[in-house]
Amino acid sequence: MLVTCPNCGPREVQELRCAGESTTRPKTTPTQRELNEYIYFRANEAGLQREWWFCRACEDWFLAERNTVTNEVSRTWHPARSPEGSAR
Amino acid sequence: MKDIFLKKQILKRPDELKRHYDVVIIGGGSHGLATAYYLATHHGITNVAILEKSYIGSGAAGRNTTIIRANYRTPEGAAFYKQSVELYERLSGELDFNLMFSQHGHFTLAHSDRSLVVQQERAEVNKLLGIDSYVIDAKEVKKLCPQINISTDVTWPIQGALYHPPGGIIRHDAVVWGFAKQVTRAGIEIHQNVEVTGFDISNGRVHGVKTTKGDVSCGVVLSATAGWSSIVAKMAGVPLPIIGSILQAFVTEPVKPFLDKIIVSAQMHIYCSQTDRGEFLIGAEVEPYPTYSNKGTFPFVEYACRHVLELFPQLHATKILRHWTGLCDMSPDYSPIMGLTELDGFLVDCGWGTYGFKAAPIVGVTLAELIAKGKTPALIEPFKLDRFYTDTLVSEAAAAAVSH
Ligand SMILES: Cc1cc2nc3c(=O)[nH]c(=O)nc-3n(C[C@H](O)[C@H](O)[C@H](O)COP(=O)(O)OP(=O)(O)OC[C@H]3O[C@@H](n4cnc5c(N)ncnc54)[C@H](O)[C@@H]3O)c2cc1C
Repeated sequence: MLVTCPNCGPREVQELRCAGESTTRPKTTPTQRELNEYIYFRANEAGLQREWWFCRACEDWFLAERNTVTNEVSRTWHPARSPEGSAR
Repeated sequence: MKDIFLKKQILKRPDELKRHYDVVIIGGGSHGLATAYYLATHHGITNVAILEKSYIGSGAAGRNTTIIRANYRTPEGAAFYKQSVELYERLSGELDFNLMFSQHGHFTLAHSDRSLVVQQERAEVNKLLGIDSYVIDAKEVKKLCPQINISTDVTWPIQGALYHPPGGIIRHDAVVWGFAKQVTRAGIEIHQNVEVTGFDISNGRVHGVKTTKGDVSCGVVLSATAGWSSIVAKMAGVPLPIIGSILQAFVTEPVKPFLDKIIVSAQMHIYCSQTDRGEFLIGAEVEPYPTYSNKGTFPFVEYACRHVLELFPQLHATKILRHWTGLCDMSPDYSPIMGLTELDGFLVDCGWGTYGFKAAPIVGVTLAELIAKGKTPALIEPFKLDRFYTDTLVSEAAAAAVSH
């Protein structure tokens, strides 16, 4: 399985770390329920999922869009260098 | 003589789905089947349908590495799994089906002082609950398992182990078939190739399920769908704290029996046993990214071989025969999620990750009681979904992240 790091190019998955699906931070003073939903609950999508990855080679974080059924990574991008950033 | 070889069809295939069942169980794995079995035998509830999208045992029930043990880390977990091991001990007779349960002992190897401390803690919790489990040093490991390599010219020399004599392996297919046989005899319908595609929900209550073979109404729905739990719960609008991943395993070609113990290394993240057929059965931990793809990976095989050969160098020329994967529904605290949800009539049984097969009988007993009496049994009270909203987690990582 190959994942393309925006800095280092295509890499074997062992050279990176998947930090899981990207989530939306709750507002500044969340209720306990909102906070726990954010911490524990996941969509765990079967299909296209947007997730955070970390590259062990350049030690940078980036976003990826991956199909969790086929493991095909359709797109990776660096939030700071893309107009859409990390917005959903 | 002839009838010994007669093909007996143990699973009667029901015709059409009925319009109504008191209980619908989604998923024909070990948990769904066990729950149906105890609904019938303990509570006389038999207007029940098990809906399975593929064939029974096609999920993790037919893919797991069959380790059964009770030496968990938390009092809640250990007490729960202990009862399951005891139920398994009697299950062959009860189901009138040879499950080939062999309790030859389970070792969790420690390769560092820190790991010995963790194993010691587990031993203390176990002892208090009457579970046979204690820490031994490397020499005793060698005495009980002479085949193992305890030399120090390896990456991680063995310092000792948590030894659990009642730990064992079982024939997983037989568990599935044994339950299915008795469930069918009790009059419960097992519908294979029927996929649940949605729910009939109104006023905060589920009234029925939609399937690929039509709709049925029901009193209670249990989703016992393991690796598919998030997908099914989403149809019911119930969020889950689950991340799906795959666990892989492989077997070598069969060799003469020389290992009767189960060996787990918490440091090297691998485990192995020898099956009744003589194959070495080897596994590791889940892939480090979420996925629903049941495709095996080469790095896993490479990693597992490298480490297993440090424990059993004798296997160096043994060839790999088969390699497979199964979906695992990982919960944040490595404990299961069982019972009621915020949607009335919709029960879940998930978060079984890499360790749920050993729990099938006790899951069946407790969930059947919950369905029949409407009250959560004390044994599974700590495992309710609600704990993630109230921060009352049951952290079992030390005993379940690598040993399955
Ligand atoms: C490689 C591997 C090794 C393992 N080793 C161990 C071990 O040594 N010891 C241990 O205790 N545990 C182990 N486990 C974990 C254990 O196998 C699982 O936790 C357990 O089997 C899950 O319960 P189940 O048998 O009911 O699940 P499954 O057998 O996965 O049953 C779920 C069923 O639901 C069905 N389903 C899903 N969606 C739908 C739908 N929409 N409609 C209808 N049906 C649906 C699926 O087809 C499936 O048959 C291992 C798992 C794997 C993958």
